Amino acid sequence: MTQAPDANLLEVEDLWVKFPTRSGIFDAVRGISFSLGRERLGIVGESGSGKSMTGRAILRLIRPPGRVTAKRIDLEGQNLMDLSERQMRAVRGQRISMIMQDPKFSLNPVMRVGEQISEAYRLHADTSKAEARRKSLEMLEAVKIRDPELVFTLFPHEVSGGMGQRIMIAMMMIPDPKILIADEPTSALDVSVQMQVLEIMDNLVQDRGMGLIFISHDLNLVSAFCDRVLIMYAGRVVETCRADRLHEATHPYTRGLLNSLPRLDAPVDRLEVLKRDPQWRDEHSISGQT
Amino acid sequence: MSGILIDRLNVWFGEHERRVDAVKAASLLVPKGGSFGLVGESGSGKSTILRALSGLVPTWTGRMEVLGTPLGKKRDRRFYRAVQMVFQDPYASLHPRHSVDQVLGETLSLHGFRDIDARISRLLADVGLGPAFRFRYPHQLSGGQRQRVAIARALAPEPEILLLDEPTSALDVSVQAEILNLLSDLRRERNLTYLMVSHNLAVVGHICSDIAVMQLGEIVETLSVQQMRAQDTRHPYTRHLLESSLGAIKSGAQG
Repeated sequence: MTQAPDANLLEVEDLWVKFPTRSGIFDAVRGISFSLGRERLGIVGESGSGKSMTGRAILRLIRPPGRVTAKRIDLEGQNLMDLSERQMRAVRGQRISMIMQDPKFSLNPVMRVGEQISEAYRLHADTSKAEARRKSLEMLEAVKIRDPELVFTLFPHEVSGGMGQRIMIAMMMIPDPKILIADEPTSALDVSVQMQVLEIMDNLVQDRGMGLIFISHDLNLVSAFCDRVLIMYAGRVVETCRADRLHEATHPYTRGLLNSLPRLDAPVDRLEVLKRDPQWRDEHSISGQT
Repeated sequence: MSGILIDRLNVWFGEHERRVDAVKAASLLVPKGGSFGLVGESGSGKSTILRALSGLVPTWTGRMEVLGTPLGKKRDRRFYRAVQMVFQDPYASLHPRHSVDQVLGETLSLHGFRDIDARISRLLADVGLGPAFRFRYPHQLSGGQRQRVAIARALAPEPEILLLDEPTSALDVSVQAEILNLLSDLRRERNLTYLMVSHNLAVVGHICSDIAVMQLGEIVETLSVQQMRAQDTRHPYTRHLLESSLGAIKSGAQG
Protein backbone atom coordinates (compact mmCIF):
# COMPACT_ATOMS: atom_id res chain seq x y z
CA MET A 1 0.00 0.00 0.00
CA THR A 2 3.00 2.20 -0.50
CA GLN A 3 1.99 2.78 -4.10
CA ALA A 4 1.21 6.01 -5.84
CA PRO A 5 -2.54 6.76 -5.81
CA ASP A 6 -2.77 6.43 -9.58
CA ALA A 7 -1.25 2.95 -9.69
CA ASN A 8 -3.55 0.15 -10.72
CA LEU A 9 -5.25 -1.77 -7.97
CA LEU A 10 -5.22 -5.00 -9.86
CA GLU A 11 -3.04 -6.35 -12.66
CA VAL A 12 -3.99 -9.63 -14.27
CA GLU A 13 -1.65 -11.20 -16.79
CA ASP A 14 -2.19 -14.31 -18.87
CA LEU A 15 -5.00 -15.80 -16.81
CA TRP A 16 -6.19 -19.30 -17.71
CA VAL A 17 -8.97 -21.36 -16.14
CA LYS A 18 -8.99 -25.02 -17.11
CA PHE A 19 -11.37 -27.84 -16.34
CA PRO A 20 -10.47 -31.44 -17.12
CA THR A 21 -13.37 -33.27 -18.77
CA ARG A 22 -13.80 -36.72 -20.21
CA SER A 23 -13.02 -35.37 -23.66
CA GLY A 24 -9.89 -33.48 -22.68
CA ILE A 25 -9.14 -30.20 -20.98
CA PHE A 26 -11.70 -27.44 -21.39
CA ASP A 27 -10.30 -23.93 -21.27
CA ALA A 28 -12.94 -21.64 -19.80
CA VAL A 29 -10.65 -18.62 -19.77
CA ARG A 30 -7.80 -18.54 -22.24
CA GLY A 31 -4.94 -16.24 -21.41
CA ILE A 32 -6.56 -12.89 -20.73
CA SER A 33 -4.78 -9.84 -19.36
CA PHE A 34 -6.27 -6.70 -17.93
CA SER A 35 -5.79 -4.12 -15.25
CA LEU A 36 -8.15 -2.33 -12.93
CA GLY A 37 -7.64 1.14 -11.50
CA ARG A 38 -10.06 3.18 -9.45
CA GLU A 39 -12.67 2.76 -12.12
CA ARG A 40 -15.68 0.77 -13.16
CA LEU A 41 -14.63 -1.99 -15.51
CA GLY A 42 -17.38 -3.91 -17.26
CA ILE A 43 -16.94 -7.46 -18.54
CA VAL A 44 -19.65 -8.50 -20.99
CA GLY A 45 -20.24 -11.67 -22.93
CA GLU A 46 -22.74 -14.46 -23.33
CA SER A 47 -23.09 -17.37 -20.94
CA GLY A 48 -20.07 -19.58 -21.33
CA SER A 49 -17.79 -16.76 -22.44
CA GLY A 50 -15.77 -17.06 -19.24
CA LYS A 51 -16.74 -13.76 -17.66
CA SER A 52 -17.89 -15.21 -14.33
CA MET A 53 -14.92 -17.58 -14.26
CA THR A 54 -12.63 -14.57 -14.58
CA GLY A 55 -14.22 -12.98 -11.51
CA ARG A 56 -13.97 -16.17 -9.50
CA ALA A 57 -10.41 -16.87 -10.61
CA ILE A 58 -9.25 -13.51 -9.23
CA LEU A 59 -10.49 -14.56 -5.80
CA ARG A 60 -9.09 -18.05 -6.40
CA LEU A 61 -12.56 -19.49 -5.91
CA ILE A 62 -12.23 -22.12 -8.63
CA ARG A 63 -12.40 -25.48 -6.91
CA PRO A 64 -10.45 -28.56 -8.02
CA PRO A 65 -10.50 -30.25 -10.47
CA GLY A 66 -10.68 -26.77 -12.05
CA ARG A 67 -7.29 -25.09 -12.28
CA VAL A 68 -6.23 -21.46 -12.45
CA THR A 69 -2.91 -20.38 -13.87
CA ALA A 70 -1.63 -16.88 -14.45
CA LYS A 71 1.66 -15.09 -14.86
CA ARG A 72 0.43 -12.84 -12.13
CA ILE A 73 -2.68 -11.52 -10.40
CA ASP A 74 -1.23 -8.53 -8.60
CA LEU A 75 -3.35 -6.85 -5.97
CA GLU A 76 -1.62 -3.60 -5.08
CA GLY A 77 1.72 -5.15 -5.98
CA GLN A 78 1.16 -8.48 -4.23
CA ASN A 79 0.79 -11.57 -6.38
CA LEU A 80 -2.31 -13.46 -5.25
CA MET A 81 -1.09 -16.59 -7.03
CA ASP A 82 1.71 -16.93 -4.45
CA LEU A 83 -0.55 -16.77 -1.40
CA SER A 84 -1.54 -19.79 0.64
CA GLU A 85 -5.21 -20.67 1.02
CA ARG A 86 -5.03 -19.25 4.55
CA GLN A 87 -3.62 -15.95 3.37
CA MET A 88 -6.22 -15.86 0.59
CA ARG A 89 -8.95 -15.93 3.20
CA ALA A 90 -7.69 -12.61 4.50
CA VAL A 91 -7.95 -11.18 0.99
CA ARG A 92 -11.48 -12.38 0.31
CA GLY A 93 -14.02 -10.02 1.74
CA GLN A 94 -11.48 -7.71 3.29
CA ARG A 95 -9.62 -6.49 0.21
CA ILE A 96 -11.64 -7.91 -2.65
CA SER A 97 -15.28 -8.75 -2.17
CA MET A 98 -17.86 -10.20 -4.48
CA ILE A 99 -21.58 -9.73 -5.01
CA MET A 100 -23.32 -12.62 -6.69
CA GLN A 101 -26.38 -12.66 -8.88
CA ASP A 102 -29.13 -13.79 -6.59
CA PRO A 103 -29.34 -12.64 -2.96
CA LYS A 104 -31.69 -15.56 -2.26
CA PHE A 105 -28.81 -17.97 -2.69
CA SER A 106 -25.99 -15.94 -1.23
CA LEU A 107 -27.52 -14.94 2.11
CA ASN A 108 -27.73 -17.48 4.90
CA PRO A 109 -31.46 -18.36 5.11
CA VAL A 110 -31.47 -19.23 8.82
CA MET A 111 -29.58 -16.23 10.14
CA ARG A 112 -30.96 -12.76 10.74
CA VAL A 113 -29.83 -10.15 8.25
CA GLY A 114 -28.18 -8.02 10.92
CA GLU A 115 -26.18 -10.88 12.38
CA GLN A 116 -24.82 -11.71 8.94
CA ILE A 117 -23.62 -8.19 8.36
CA SER A 118 -22.14 -7.93 11.85
CA GLU A 119 -20.40 -11.24 11.36
CA ALA A 120 -18.85 -10.02 8.13
CA TYR A 121 -17.54 -7.00 9.99
CA ARG A 122 -16.26 -8.85 13.05
CA LEU A 123 -14.41 -11.38 10.91
CA HIS A 124 -12.21 -8.63 9.59
CA ALA A 125 -12.19 -6.06 12.37
CA ASP A 126 -11.50 -6.90 15.98
CA THR A 127 -14.44 -5.17 17.70
CA SER A 128 -17.19 -5.72 20.21
CA LYS A 129 -20.63 -6.95 19.29
CA ALA A 130 -22.17 -3.60 20.12
CA GLU A 131 -19.75 -1.75 17.87
CA ALA A 132 -20.38 -4.22 15.03
CA ARG A 133 -24.10 -3.69 15.45
CA ARG A 134 -23.71 0.06 15.28
CA LYS A 135 -21.57 -0.24 12.15
CA SER A 136 -24.05 -2.63 10.53
CA LEU A 137 -26.95 -0.27 11.14
CA GLU A 138 -24.91 2.54 9.65
CA MET A 139 -24.16 0.41 6.60
CA LEU A 140 -27.83 -0.52 6.16
CA GLU A 141 -28.58 3.15 6.17
CA ALA A 142 -25.85 3.76 3.59
CA VAL A 143 -27.57 1.34 1.19
CA LYS A 144 -30.78 3.37 1.59
CA ILE A 145 -32.75 0.97 3.75
CA ARG A 146 -35.42 3.07 5.37
CA ASP A 147 -35.82 1.29 8.68
CA PRO A 148 -32.41 -0.28 9.49
CA GLU A 149 -33.45 -1.28 13.02
CA LEU A 150 -36.31 -3.36 11.65
CA VAL A 151 -34.43 -4.88 8.72
CA PHE A 152 -31.60 -5.81 11.07
CA THR A 153 -33.92 -8.33 12.75
CA LEU A 154 -35.44 -9.85 9.61
CA PHE A 155 -34.60 -13.14 7.96
CA PRO A 156 -33.59 -13.17 4.26
CA HIS A 157 -36.93 -14.68 3.18
CA GLU A 158 -38.72 -11.69 4.69
CA VAL A 159 -37.08 -9.14 2.40
CA SER A 160 -37.66 -8.44 -1.29
CA GLY A 161 -35.11 -9.15 -4.00
CA GLY A 162 -34.03 -5.55 -4.30
CA MET A 163 -33.64 -5.20 -0.57
CA GLY A 164 -31.78 -8.52 -0.40
CA GLN A 165 -29.29 -7.27 -2.93
CA ARG A 166 -28.84 -4.04 -0.98
CA ILE A 167 -28.18 -6.11 2.13
CA MET A 168 -25.57 -8.07 0.16
CA ILE A 169 -23.95 -4.81 -0.87
CA ALA A 170 -23.92 -3.64 2.75
CA MET A 171 -22.33 -6.90 3.83
CA MET A 172 -19.69 -6.76 1.13
CA MET A 173 -18.85 -3.12 1.73
CA ILE A 174 -18.57 -3.23 5.50
CA PRO A 175 -14.97 -4.53 5.64
CA ASP A 176 -14.06 -1.62 3.36
CA PRO A 177 -12.50 -3.58 0.49
CA LYS A 178 -10.38 -2.09 -2.28
CA ILE A 179 -12.09 -3.96 -5.07
CA LEU A 180 -15.66 -5.07 -5.57
CA ILE A 181 -16.48 -7.79 -8.08
CA ALA A 182 -20.17 -7.71 -8.94
CA ASP A 183 -21.31 -10.75 -10.92
CA GLU A 184 -24.65 -9.93 -12.55
CA PRO A 185 -25.73 -8.08 -9.42
CA THR A 186 -29.03 -6.88 -10.84
CA SER A 187 -30.11 -9.56 -13.32
CA ALA A 188 -32.50 -11.05 -10.78
CA LEU A 189 -34.11 -7.66 -10.13
CA ASP A 190 -36.82 -5.62 -11.84
CA VAL A 191 -35.89 -2.82 -14.20
CA SER A 192 -37.15 -0.16 -11.83
CA VAL A 193 -35.23 -1.54 -8.84
CA GLN A 194 -32.17 -2.29 -10.96
CA MET A 195 -31.27 1.36 -11.43
CA GLN A 196 -31.72 2.10 -7.73
CA VAL A 197 -29.40 -0.73 -6.66
CA LEU A 198 -26.79 0.27 -9.24
CA GLU A 199 -26.88 3.84 -8.05
CA ILE A 200 -26.29 2.81 -4.45
CA MET A 201 -23.41 0.57 -5.48
CA ASP A 202 -21.96 3.27 -7.68
CA ASN A 203 -22.04 5.93 -4.97
CA LEU A 204 -20.32 3.69 -2.44
CA VAL A 205 -17.65 2.65 -4.92
CA GLN A 206 -16.94 6.23 -5.91
CA ASP A 207 -16.95 7.64 -2.38
CA ARG A 208 -14.45 5.09 -1.19
CA GLY A 209 -12.23 5.24 -4.26
CA MET A 210 -12.71 1.56 -4.98
CA GLY A 211 -12.25 -0.42 -8.15
CA LEU A 212 -15.31 -2.19 -9.52
CA ILE A 213 -15.45 -5.17 -11.86
CA PHE A 214 -18.96 -5.36 -13.19
CA ILE A 215 -19.81 -8.64 -14.88
CA SER A 216 -22.98 -8.62 -16.95
CA HIS A 217 -24.57 -9.89 -20.12
CA ASP A 218 -26.56 -6.69 -20.50
CA LEU A 219 -24.76 -4.47 -23.00
CA ASN A 220 -26.93 -1.42 -22.44
CA LEU A 221 -26.49 -1.57 -18.72
CA VAL A 222 -22.72 -1.90 -18.93
CA SER A 223 -22.52 0.86 -21.48
CA ALA A 224 -24.50 3.20 -19.26
CA PHE A 225 -22.87 2.29 -16.00
CA CYS A 226 -19.16 1.53 -16.53
CA ASP A 227 -16.07 3.47 -17.61
CA ARG A 228 -14.36 0.79 -19.63
CA VAL A 229 -15.55 -2.51 -21.10
CA LEU A 230 -13.95 -5.83 -21.97
CA ILE A 231 -15.96 -7.95 -24.38
CA MET A 232 -15.33 -11.65 -23.91
CA TYR A 233 -15.95 -14.48 -26.33
CA ALA A 234 -14.99 -18.11 -25.81
CA GLY A 235 -12.66 -17.35 -22.93
CA ARG A 236 -10.85 -14.48 -24.62
CA VAL A 237 -11.16 -10.74 -24.73
CA VAL A 238 -12.12 -9.89 -28.30
CA GLU A 239 -12.47 -6.17 -27.87
CA THR A 240 -12.00 -3.46 -25.31
CA CYS A 241 -13.34 0.06 -25.47
CA ARG A 242 -14.63 2.99 -23.49
CA ALA A 243 -18.07 2.13 -22.17
CA ASP A 244 -19.76 5.17 -23.67
CA ARG A 245 -18.31 4.19 -27.05
CA LEU A 246 -19.64 0.63 -26.85
CA HIS A 247 -22.22 1.40 -29.49
CA GLU A 248 -19.42 2.24 -31.91
CA ALA A 249 -17.63 -1.07 -31.27
CA THR A 250 -16.11 -2.61 -34.37
CA HIS A 251 -15.57 -6.30 -33.67
CA PRO A 252 -18.18 -8.33 -35.58
CA TYR A 253 -19.06 -10.24 -32.41
CA THR A 254 -19.79 -7.08 -30.43
CA ARG A 255 -21.69 -5.64 -33.40
CA GLY A 256 -23.70 -8.86 -33.64
CA LEU A 257 -24.63 -8.70 -29.97
CA LEU A 258 -25.63 -5.05 -30.23
CA ASN A 259 -27.75 -5.63 -33.31
CA SER A 260 -29.55 -8.61 -31.82
CA LEU A 261 -31.09 -6.40 -29.13
CA PRO A 262 -34.65 -5.27 -29.77
CA ARG A 263 -34.82 -1.50 -29.35
CA LEU A 264 -37.74 0.58 -28.27
CA ASP A 265 -36.57 3.62 -30.21
CA ALA A 266 -35.64 1.78 -33.40
CA PRO A 267 -38.15 -0.95 -34.20
CA VAL A 268 -37.25 -3.58 -36.81
CA ASP A 269 -39.24 -6.33 -38.46
CA ARG A 270 -36.75 -9.08 -37.82
CA LEU A 271 -33.95 -9.07 -35.31
CA GLU A 272 -30.49 -9.74 -36.57
CA VAL A 273 -29.21 -13.13 -35.52
CA LEU A 274 -25.59 -13.45 -34.53
CA LYS A 275 -23.56 -15.47 -37.04
CA ARG A 276 -20.55 -16.90 -35.26
CA ASP A 277 -17.29 -16.91 -37.11
CA PRO A 278 -15.09 -19.86 -35.99
CA GLN A 279 -12.13 -17.57 -36.45
CA TRP A 280 -13.18 -15.51 -33.41
CA ARG A 281 -12.22 -18.38 -31.15
CA ASP A 282 -8.67 -18.40 -32.43
CA GLU A 283 -7.95 -14.69 -32.47
CA HIS A 284 -5.49 -13.48 -29.91
CA SER A 285 -6.84 -12.09 -26.70
CA ILE A 286 -6.76 -8.32 -26.60
CA SER A 287 -5.03 -6.82 -23.62
CA GLY A 288 -7.23 -4.81 -21.30
CA GLN A 289 -4.25 -3.32 -19.49
CA THR A 290 -3.84 0.39 -19.12
CA MET B 1 -64.21 -12.69 -32.72
CA SER B 2 -62.12 -11.96 -29.69
CA GLY B 3 -59.14 -14.14 -28.90
CA ILE B 4 -59.01 -13.39 -25.20
CA LEU B 5 -61.45 -11.28 -23.25
CA ILE B 6 -60.86 -10.51 -19.60
CA ASP B 7 -63.40 -8.36 -17.80
CA ARG B 8 -63.02 -7.10 -14.23
CA LEU B 9 -60.88 -10.03 -13.17
CA ASN B 10 -60.01 -10.35 -9.48
CA VAL B 11 -57.54 -12.94 -8.31
CA TRP B 12 -56.56 -13.50 -4.70
CA PHE B 13 -54.47 -15.85 -2.61
CA GLY B 14 -55.13 -16.85 0.98
CA GLU B 15 -58.25 -16.33 3.05
CA HIS B 16 -59.55 -13.77 5.52
CA GLU B 17 -56.91 -11.57 7.10
CA ARG B 18 -54.13 -13.28 5.14
CA ARG B 19 -55.85 -12.62 1.85
CA VAL B 20 -53.70 -10.96 -0.78
CA ASP B 21 -55.40 -9.40 -3.77
CA ALA B 22 -52.97 -10.16 -6.55
CA VAL B 23 -55.11 -8.84 -9.41
CA LYS B 24 -57.79 -6.18 -8.97
CA ALA B 25 -60.49 -5.54 -11.56
CA ALA B 26 -58.26 -6.10 -14.57
CA SER B 27 -59.84 -5.91 -18.02
CA LEU B 28 -58.24 -6.49 -21.38
CA LEU B 29 -59.13 -7.59 -24.87
CA VAL B 30 -56.90 -9.37 -27.35
CA PRO B 31 -58.36 -9.76 -30.84
CA LYS B 32 -57.93 -13.12 -32.55
CA GLY B 33 -54.50 -13.18 -34.17
CA GLY B 34 -53.37 -10.23 -32.07
CA SER B 35 -50.46 -9.98 -29.71
CA PHE B 36 -50.76 -8.31 -26.35
CA GLY B 37 -48.11 -7.62 -23.74
CA LEU B 38 -48.39 -7.30 -19.98
CA VAL B 39 -45.59 -5.33 -18.35
CA GLY B 40 -44.85 -4.34 -14.78
CA GLU B 41 -42.49 -5.24 -12.00
CA SER B 42 -42.50 -8.53 -10.12
CA GLY B 43 -45.46 -8.80 -7.81
CA SER B 44 -47.60 -6.56 -10.01
CA GLY B 45 -49.84 -9.49 -10.93
CA LYS B 46 -48.96 -9.89 -14.58
CA SER B 47 -48.06 -13.58 -14.34
CA THR B 48 -51.08 -14.18 -12.11
CA ILE B 49 -53.38 -13.11 -14.95
CA LEU B 50 -51.79 -15.74 -17.19
CA ARG B 51 -52.07 -18.35 -14.48
CA ALA B 52 -55.72 -17.56 -13.79
CA LEU B 53 -56.48 -17.67 -17.50
CA SER B 54 -54.79 -21.04 -17.93
CA GLY B 55 -56.67 -22.51 -14.96
CA LEU B 56 -53.73 -22.75 -12.56
CA VAL B 57 -55.34 -20.46 -9.96
CA PRO B 58 -58.88 -21.37 -8.88
CA THR B 59 -59.57 -18.29 -6.73
CA TRP B 60 -60.86 -15.68 -9.13
CA THR B 61 -64.00 -13.78 -9.95
CA GLY B 62 -64.93 -11.79 -13.02
CA ARG B 63 -65.38 -12.82 -16.61
CA MET B 64 -62.88 -14.52 -18.89
CA GLU B 65 -63.57 -15.66 -22.46
CA VAL B 66 -61.34 -17.51 -24.85
CA LEU B 67 -62.32 -17.55 -28.54
CA GLY B 68 -65.85 -16.51 -27.57
CA THR B 69 -66.34 -19.28 -24.99
CA PRO B 70 -66.76 -18.19 -21.35
CA LEU B 71 -64.43 -19.92 -18.92
CA GLY B 72 -65.66 -21.61 -15.75
CA LYS B 73 -63.72 -22.94 -12.80
CA LYS B 74 -63.12 -26.21 -14.62
CA ARG B 75 -61.64 -26.29 -18.11
CA ASP B 76 -62.41 -28.91 -20.71
CA ARG B 77 -60.03 -30.64 -23.07
CA ARG B 78 -60.93 -28.28 -25.87
CA PHE B 79 -59.62 -25.39 -23.81
CA TYR B 80 -56.28 -27.05 -23.20
CA ARG B 81 -55.93 -27.77 -26.89
CA ALA B 82 -56.65 -24.18 -27.81
CA VAL B 83 -54.54 -22.52 -25.12
CA GLN B 84 -50.94 -23.40 -24.36
CA MET B 85 -48.29 -21.79 -22.22
CA VAL B 86 -44.54 -21.27 -22.56
CA PHE B 87 -42.76 -20.70 -19.27
CA GLN B 88 -39.87 -18.50 -18.34
CA ASP B 89 -37.22 -20.97 -17.40
CA PRO B 90 -36.60 -23.74 -19.92
CA TYR B 91 -34.29 -25.37 -17.37
CA ALA B 92 -37.16 -25.88 -14.97
CA SER B 93 -40.04 -26.51 -17.35
CA LEU B 94 -38.68 -29.64 -19.06
CA HIS B 95 -38.51 -32.97 -17.27
CA PRO B 96 -34.80 -33.70 -16.76
CA ARG B 97 -35.20 -37.44 -17.35
CA HIS B 98 -37.46 -37.30 -20.37
CA SER B 99 -35.95 -37.07 -23.84
CA VAL B 100 -37.29 -34.52 -26.31
CA ASP B 101 -39.09 -37.40 -28.00
CA GLN B 102 -40.87 -38.37 -24.76
CA VAL B 103 -41.77 -34.78 -23.92
CA LEU B 104 -43.43 -34.17 -27.26
CA GLY B 105 -44.81 -37.72 -27.59
CA GLU B 106 -46.56 -37.54 -24.21
CA THR B 107 -48.20 -34.22 -25.03
CA LEU B 108 -49.38 -35.51 -28.39
CA SER B 109 -50.83 -38.73 -27.01
CA LEU B 110 -52.59 -36.84 -24.20
CA HIS B 111 -54.31 -34.79 -26.84
CA GLY B 112 -55.31 -37.91 -28.75
CA PHE B 113 -53.16 -37.64 -31.84
CA ARG B 114 -52.47 -40.81 -33.78
CA ASP B 115 -49.60 -39.98 -36.13
CA ILE B 116 -47.25 -39.10 -33.28
CA ASP B 117 -44.05 -40.09 -35.02
CA ALA B 118 -44.57 -37.85 -38.03
CA ARG B 119 -45.83 -35.01 -35.85
CA ILE B 120 -42.73 -35.00 -33.63
CA SER B 121 -40.47 -34.64 -36.66
CA ARG B 122 -42.61 -31.84 -37.99
CA LEU B 123 -42.73 -30.01 -34.65
CA LEU B 124 -38.96 -30.12 -34.33
CA ALA B 125 -38.57 -28.77 -37.84
CA ASP B 126 -41.11 -26.02 -37.10
CA VAL B 127 -39.04 -24.68 -34.21
CA GLY B 128 -35.78 -24.95 -36.11
CA LEU B 129 -34.33 -28.05 -34.48
CA GLY B 130 -32.95 -30.85 -36.63
CA PRO B 131 -33.98 -34.52 -36.27
CA ALA B 132 -30.72 -35.09 -34.36
CA PHE B 133 -32.26 -33.41 -31.33
CA ARG B 134 -35.11 -35.86 -31.01
CA PHE B 135 -33.50 -38.31 -28.64
CA ARG B 136 -31.57 -35.84 -26.54
CA TYR B 137 -32.21 -35.05 -22.90
CA PRO B 138 -32.61 -31.48 -21.61
CA HIS B 139 -29.10 -31.39 -20.11
CA GLN B 140 -27.69 -32.02 -23.58
CA LEU B 141 -29.34 -28.88 -24.94
CA SER B 142 -28.39 -25.23 -24.64
CA GLY B 143 -30.81 -22.72 -23.08
CA GLY B 144 -32.07 -21.58 -26.48
CA GLN B 145 -32.56 -25.13 -27.72
CA ARG B 146 -34.49 -25.99 -24.56
CA GLN B 147 -36.77 -23.03 -25.06
CA ARG B 148 -37.36 -24.22 -28.64
CA VAL B 149 -38.39 -27.62 -27.26
CA ALA B 150 -40.72 -25.89 -24.79
CA ILE B 151 -42.25 -23.94 -27.69
CA ALA B 152 -42.58 -27.15 -29.73
CA ARG B 153 -44.40 -28.75 -26.81
CA ALA B 154 -46.76 -25.79 -26.62
CA LEU B 155 -47.41 -26.04 -30.35
CA ALA B 156 -48.06 -29.79 -30.23
CA PRO B 157 -51.84 -29.68 -29.72
CA GLU B 158 -52.13 -27.06 -32.49
CA PRO B 159 -53.26 -24.28 -30.18
CA GLU B 160 -54.73 -20.98 -31.29
CA ILE B 161 -53.50 -19.04 -28.28
CA LEU B 162 -50.07 -19.02 -26.70
CA LEU B 163 -49.51 -17.60 -23.24
CA LEU B 164 -45.86 -16.53 -22.97
CA ASP B 165 -44.46 -15.93 -19.51
CA GLU B 166 -41.13 -14.12 -19.90
CA PRO B 167 -40.09 -16.52 -22.66
CA THR B 168 -36.64 -15.03 -23.21
CA SER B 169 -35.56 -13.54 -19.91
CA ALA B 170 -33.38 -16.54 -19.02
CA LEU B 171 -31.56 -16.39 -22.37
CA ASP B 172 -28.56 -14.54 -23.81
CA VAL B 173 -29.30 -11.58 -26.07
CA SER B 174 -28.14 -13.39 -29.21
CA VAL B 175 -30.33 -16.39 -28.39
CA GLN B 176 -33.17 -14.08 -27.37
CA ALA B 177 -33.12 -12.63 -30.90
CA GLU B 178 -33.47 -16.14 -32.40
CA ILE B 179 -36.39 -17.05 -30.13
CA LEU B 180 -38.16 -13.71 -30.72
CA ASN B 181 -37.81 -14.19 -34.48
CA LEU B 182 -39.17 -17.72 -34.16
CA LEU B 183 -42.16 -16.46 -32.17
CA SER B 184 -42.95 -13.74 -34.75
CA ASP B 185 -42.68 -16.26 -37.60
CA LEU B 186 -44.93 -18.78 -35.88
CA ARG B 187 -47.56 -16.19 -35.17
CA ARG B 188 -47.62 -15.04 -38.77
CA GLU B 189 -47.69 -18.57 -40.22
CA ARG B 190 -50.34 -19.96 -37.89
CA ASN B 191 -52.35 -16.87 -37.07
CA LEU B 192 -51.71 -17.45 -33.37
CA THR B 193 -52.87 -15.11 -30.61
CA TYR B 194 -50.20 -14.15 -28.09
CA LEU B 195 -50.56 -12.90 -24.54
CA MET B 196 -47.07 -12.19 -23.33
CA VAL B 197 -45.70 -11.20 -19.94
CA SER B 198 -42.36 -9.46 -19.74
CA HIS B 199 -40.56 -6.84 -17.74
CA ASN B 200 -38.49 -5.91 -20.79
CA LEU B 201 -40.30 -3.17 -22.69
CA ALA B 202 -38.09 -3.56 -25.75
CA VAL B 203 -39.00 -7.24 -26.03
CA VAL B 204 -42.69 -6.52 -25.62
CA GLY B 205 -42.39 -3.70 -28.13
CA HIS B 206 -40.89 -6.08 -30.64
CA ILE B 207 -43.49 -8.85 -30.34
CA CYS B 208 -46.71 -7.09 -29.36
CA SER B 209 -48.92 -4.42 -30.86
CA ASP B 210 -50.65 -3.40 -27.63
CA ILE B 211 -49.56 -3.42 -24.02
CA ALA B 212 -51.06 -3.08 -20.58
CA VAL B 213 -48.98 -1.68 -17.74
CA MET B 214 -49.61 -3.22 -14.33
CA GLN B 215 -48.80 -1.92 -10.89
CA LEU B 216 -49.85 -3.44 -7.57
CA GLY B 217 -52.39 -5.74 -9.19
CA GLU B 218 -54.11 -3.12 -11.30
CA ILE B 219 -53.87 -2.32 -14.96
CA VAL B 220 -52.93 1.35 -14.77
CA GLU B 221 -52.74 2.01 -18.49
CA THR B 222 -53.38 0.27 -21.80
CA LEU B 223 -51.66 1.68 -24.85
CA SER B 224 -50.45 0.75 -28.30
CA VAL B 225 -46.80 0.11 -28.98
CA GLN B 226 -46.72 3.20 -31.22
CA GLN B 227 -47.89 5.29 -28.29
CA MET B 228 -45.29 3.66 -26.08
CA ARG B 229 -42.52 4.45 -28.58
CA ALA B 230 -43.70 8.02 -28.87
CA GLN B 231 -43.78 8.17 -25.06
CA ASP B 232 -47.40 9.19 -25.34
CA THR B 233 -48.41 8.02 -21.88
CA ARG B 234 -50.78 9.34 -19.28
CA HIS B 235 -49.85 7.40 -16.17
CA PRO B 236 -46.69 8.43 -14.26
CA TYR B 237 -45.74 4.82 -13.59
CA THR B 238 -45.69 4.00 -17.31
CA ARG B 239 -43.45 7.00 -17.86
CA HIS B 240 -41.17 5.84 -15.07
CA LEU B 241 -40.90 2.36 -16.64
CA LEU B 242 -40.22 3.84 -20.07
CA GLU B 243 -37.59 6.15 -18.71
CA SER B 244 -35.75 3.38 -16.92
CA SER B 245 -35.69 1.33 -20.14
CA LEU B 246 -34.94 4.16 -22.53
CA GLY B 247 -32.55 5.77 -20.05
CA ALA B 248 -30.10 2.91 -20.31
CA ILE B 249 -30.12 3.06 -24.10
CA LYS B 250 -29.94 6.82 -24.43
CA SER B 251 -27.15 7.45 -21.96
CA GLY B 252 -25.22 4.68 -23.70
CA ALA B 253 -25.71 6.10 -27.16
CA GLN B 254 -24.89 9.66 -26.28
CA GLY B 255 -22.10 9.07 -23.81
